[in-house]
This record gives sequence, C-alpha cells and structure tokens, in this order.
Amino acid sequence: MSETGTPILALEAVGRRFERSIDMAERLLALFGRRPDRRTVHAVDSADLAVAEGEVVGLVGESGCGKSTLARIAAGILPPSAGTVRFRGRDVAGLGQTERLAYTLQVQMIFQDPFASLNPRQTVGTIIGEAPRVHGLATGPAVAERVARVMHEVGLDPSLAGRFPHQLSGGQRQRVGIARALSVDPRFLVCDEAVSALDVSVRAQVLNLFLDLRRDRGLTYLFISHDLSVVRHIADRVAIMYLGRIVERGPAAALFATPTHPYTQALLAEIPRLSRRRRRFTPVAGEIPSPLRPPPGCHFHPRCPHALARCRDETPALRPVAPGRWSACHLNDQA
Amino acid sequence: MTEPSPERPASGAAVTAAAPAVDLWRRFRGDGVAVGGLLVFLVVAAAALAAPWIAPQDPYDLTAIDLFDGRLAPGEESLSGTVYLLGTDDQGRDMVSAILYGLRISLMVGVVGTLFAVAIGVLAGLTAAYLGRWWETGLMRLVDFQLSFPAIMVALILLAILGRGVDKVILAIILVHWAQYARVIRGAALVERNKEYIEAAQNLGFSRLRIMLVHLLPNCLAPILVVGTIRIASAISTEATLSFLGVGVPITEPSLGLLIANGYDYLMSGQYWISVFPGVALLILIVAINLIGDRLRDILNPRLRT
Repeated sequence: MSETGTPILALEAVGRRFERSIDMAERLLALFGRRPDRRTVHAVDSADLAVAEGEVVGLVGESGCGKSTLARIAAGILPPSAGTVRFRGRDVAGLGQTERLAYTLQVQMIFQDPFASLNPRQTVGTIIGEAPRVHGLATGPAVAERVARVMHEVGLDPSLAGRFPHQLSGGQRQRVGIARALSVDPRFLVCDEAVSALDVSVRAQVLNLFLDLRRDRGLTYLFISHDLSVVRHIADRVAIMYLGRIVERGPAAALFATPTHPYTQALLAEIPRLSRRRRRFTPVAGEIPSPLRPPPGCHFHPRCPHALARCRDETPALRPVAPGRWSACHLNDQA
Repeated sequence: MTEPSPERPASGAAVTAAAPAVDLWRRFRGDGVAVGGLLVFLVVAAAALAAPWIAPQDPYDLTAIDLFDGRLAPGEESLSGTVYLLGTDDQGRDMVSAILYGLRISLMVGVVGTLFAVAIGVLAGLTAAYLGRWWETGLMRLVDFQLSFPAIMVALILLAILGRGVDKVILAIILVHWAQYARVIRGAALVERNKEYIEAAQNLGFSRLRIMLVHLLPNCLAPILVVGTIRIASAISTEATLSFLGVGVPITEPSLGLLIANGYDYLMSGQYWISVFPGVALLILIVAINLIGDRLRDILNPRLRT
C-alpha cells in the first residue's frame, strides 16, 4: 500500500496530554507558596499516521505506550490536545454538527473488553439497533431487519437478539460489539486490542471475521494490538509505538523481515517460533519507564543495546529510511 | 452464516432469557427476611390506605369524639358502651383510628418526600458525574456544605421560617435528603461512565442526554433502589421528629410523631398507651422498610452473589 493520495484518516503531529487536576486544598496551599504537583502524562507525543482507504494498519506497542489513547483520538472519542486529525482530508475539529456526526459514524471503534463494552441493561437487539433507530438510518420494522442482517453478517444467530450480554459467551459478545459498529455502516474500524481478551480458538475466528468484513464491505482498519503474531496475520502496514511516540513504520512484510529500529528488533526477537530450535530467550532489558517521567532524548535509550551519547539529549525524528519505511533512530544517520 | 459454526448460546443457568427486574424479584423472593419485611410493610401500608373504611372512628370528625371518653385504658369500656382496643387519648379519640390515620400522613410524607428527593438527587448526581467541570464542582460543594449540617437542624430552621403544614414538611424532607442521593448517584455514575459501553455510545453519536438517561441511569439503579428504600424510613422518622418537636404537621392532621407528642404529657402518669402505641406503629413501619432495604443491598451486591 502506498502513502500517496488522500488518506481516509490522517493523524498529523497528534499529541495528547493528561493532567492531574488540582483540587481546592492544593490551590489553597499554592497561595502559601507551595507549588502544586502538576503531573502531566504525554500519552501520545506528536504521532503521525495516515491510513489509506481499504488498508489495514497495525499499531503495536507494550501496554501503557499510548496505543489506546491514539485509538480514541482516531475514533473521535477523545479530542487531541495537539495536532490535527483529518478525515478524508478535512480537519475534524472544524466540522459542523452534521458532518461531525457523519465522521463519528463512519469511524467506529471495536473495544478490548467484551464484558465492559456492552450496556448490561440492554438486550442484544437494542444494543445493535439503537444507533440506526436514533439516527434515522432505519425506522419501524426496518430496524429489526437491519439488526438481523448485521447479526447474520458477524456470525450471530439473529434469535439471540432478545438476550442480555451476560447470557452470552465472550466471543459472542465481541461479535455483538462488531455488529453494533457495523449497524451504522462505517467505512473505518478502529480495533483496540479487539481480540486480546478472547480465547485463542475464538480469536482466530474473530480475526477471520475482520478479514471477511474487509473483503465484503471494503472496510479500512486501524488494528491495535500488543500481539505481533496477530498484527502480522492481518496488517498491510505496521507502526510501532514506544512510550507515546511512533518509532517505526513500514509495510508489514518488510518491517517484520528487516526491522530497523532497535526496539522493533527487540520486540521481534521475543516472538517464540517453533522453527527456532536453540531457545535463546533475550527479553528487552529493563522495564518500560514511567510515562510520568519519560527519559530525555530518545525514550528507548536506557534499554537500547546500541545507545549513543546523542540519544540521551536529542529526540530522533521519524524519517524515511527506504521507500515506504520510516524509522526514528539516530543509528540510521550513521549508516 | 459467514462462519462455519455459529456460536451456540452460553449454557447453564443463563439460558433462560430474563429481564433484570424479573431476576431481581426471583432472588428477592428467596430471601425470608426480605419477604417478611415486605409483607409487614404491605399490611401496614394497606391498613393506612384503607383507614377511612376500616377505622372504627373518624378522628378528624369532632362530633364523633366524646370528651368524657378521654384517656381510657386499652380494652376499657366507655359510658356509651364502646370498647377502645388501644384506649383513647386526652380528647377521647380512639387510638386505633388515630394511628391508622397517622400512618397515612407519615407514609405519604415519607414516600412523596423521598420520590422528589430521589428525582432531584439523581438529576444532580448524574449530570455532575457525566458533565463534570464547574457544574460538578459547584454541585458537589453544595452537597458537602449541606451535609455538614445535621439534617434535623436544616429542617427545623426551614420549618421555623415556613410554618407548619404537610406540604412544608415534605419540602423540608426533600431539601434535607436530596444531597445524600446526589452523592450516592454521582459515585455510582462515576464508576459507570468510565466503562467502555459509554465510550461506545459516544462513538455512535448519541446525544449527552440520551447517554445519561438511556445508558448511564439504568446502570446506576441498584444503589438508587437500596438508598431510596432505606431513606424512606429515614424520611418518615424525620417527619415524626419534626412533628414531635411541634414544627411538623398541623394538629388537625396528626401524624404518628404528633400522636407520640400528645401522649408525652401523660406518659409519667401511667397512661402509657397514648404515646407507646403510635411509637410501636412507627417502629414496625421503619424496621420493615429498613429490612427490605438492607436485604436489597445484599441481593444487589454482585460480590455477594452466589
């Protein structure tokens, strides 16, 4: 897939800060000269990511690296605190009410936890049919028809429409979540760890469902996972995220074959393989640093086996290293 | 089917489709104490509602009352040959009738006051939790401010200004109780609003009003039900206290609290029945309601589910 042409969704230098709010007691203390402890988390730090129509982009990273925040920004649930989100070339912050709704509905999100993502007080039929009914996409008996159609599409028996979520299995619930998203005819699905909470057997079925939907509906995906084997199975292009920054981006096959960023190399070395007889397991050294106090310069330098003096002071920019391949590492300059 | 084998419904007890309300009733029914409390409450409430038909005497009708029958002991026969089962008060009113009519007032004040207080508290708590920002800060500081005063003091001051009257007592109860509900509902709603189904609802482009009423509110109902039930008892006792202190309902519409106050002067003269029987009626009512509320809390607590 190329990065040319107008992408369906583009994140440009998108950042998201979370600040601890200061309560009244601290404000009083501030009057007496005690500086409040204003802790800021840069969950996402100037991330660039463009997704072309029909493409599946995988986003990989350890837990706590800002993947889910990026997903919510892409889906329009969280506003970015910096940068722009463009949907079909237009800045979503400047959209009017009707256009905003159109964007919201066209970009749907599939959530990680199939237990928490369904309203426990609604039946499956209500969960799936509510949005088409409220937004006037279907009225009267057409709502039930639409519900039955999407349920069939995701491999659920339409007779389950009268059930409550707690009466379904994990895989069924996740299918209900997918059906709910499909009920408003989206063009783009943001899947935030959508298969991580599922049993391995069900996981493969749901992944295949995503691929079927891509074929039948021409959907575009931003597929977020910490599981490299899942991403390798489904994605055309992959972006690797570390502590709020995208460190490497490129076509899936090339990136998995020859990773350029030391973090990607370390991640790939961790995938267990049957073919590798001699098991030499070398985990990424050290812990993921606290996002409250990220290391200066390149965030990865304390764990990087190739770290230079420069890595401590200077943040490497995401730069093209080969056609379609981008990497944020000072080592690329030396080669 | 797009899949070779559509997943089968989960097996086990969950196969039968049941609405949460039906499920709640099934578990409530299995609890002896809860059912007992409910039965007592229903009997008391039915007796109170049917007072005009089942009471031997209309205590509001002065022509039916004979001053010569004043302060007759329970079971004593009057000059006209009437037997007063629970005795009479100082004006010759039959205590059975007075208690039945008093229960009407007490229940009405408690239930109506609680309903309005719940409505206001739910509105305040839900909007505070969902909208946040200055609205939440303002509302919750107001709640803190109000809860820092003893409830009875706020009610006393209010009634001292407004004067007596059933409507004014209800107003005082609403004003004293709404803050409790607001705090409880906000707590429940804060937990729920961070769940992914709320994000999903936002993602589906629903209005904030719809998310609050259709998605958030139904999932906060359990604490509302529990606190609401227990607080009915508390509202009834607030009313009884106010009436006992002489600032509550007017003397023409005696509630249980006022009846207790009436008998207070004679308590030390051995004429216990004027105070004690209304007190027992109040006690039974409050204990029954508290038992129901207490059991509801256990039944609705997911951690205690077996």
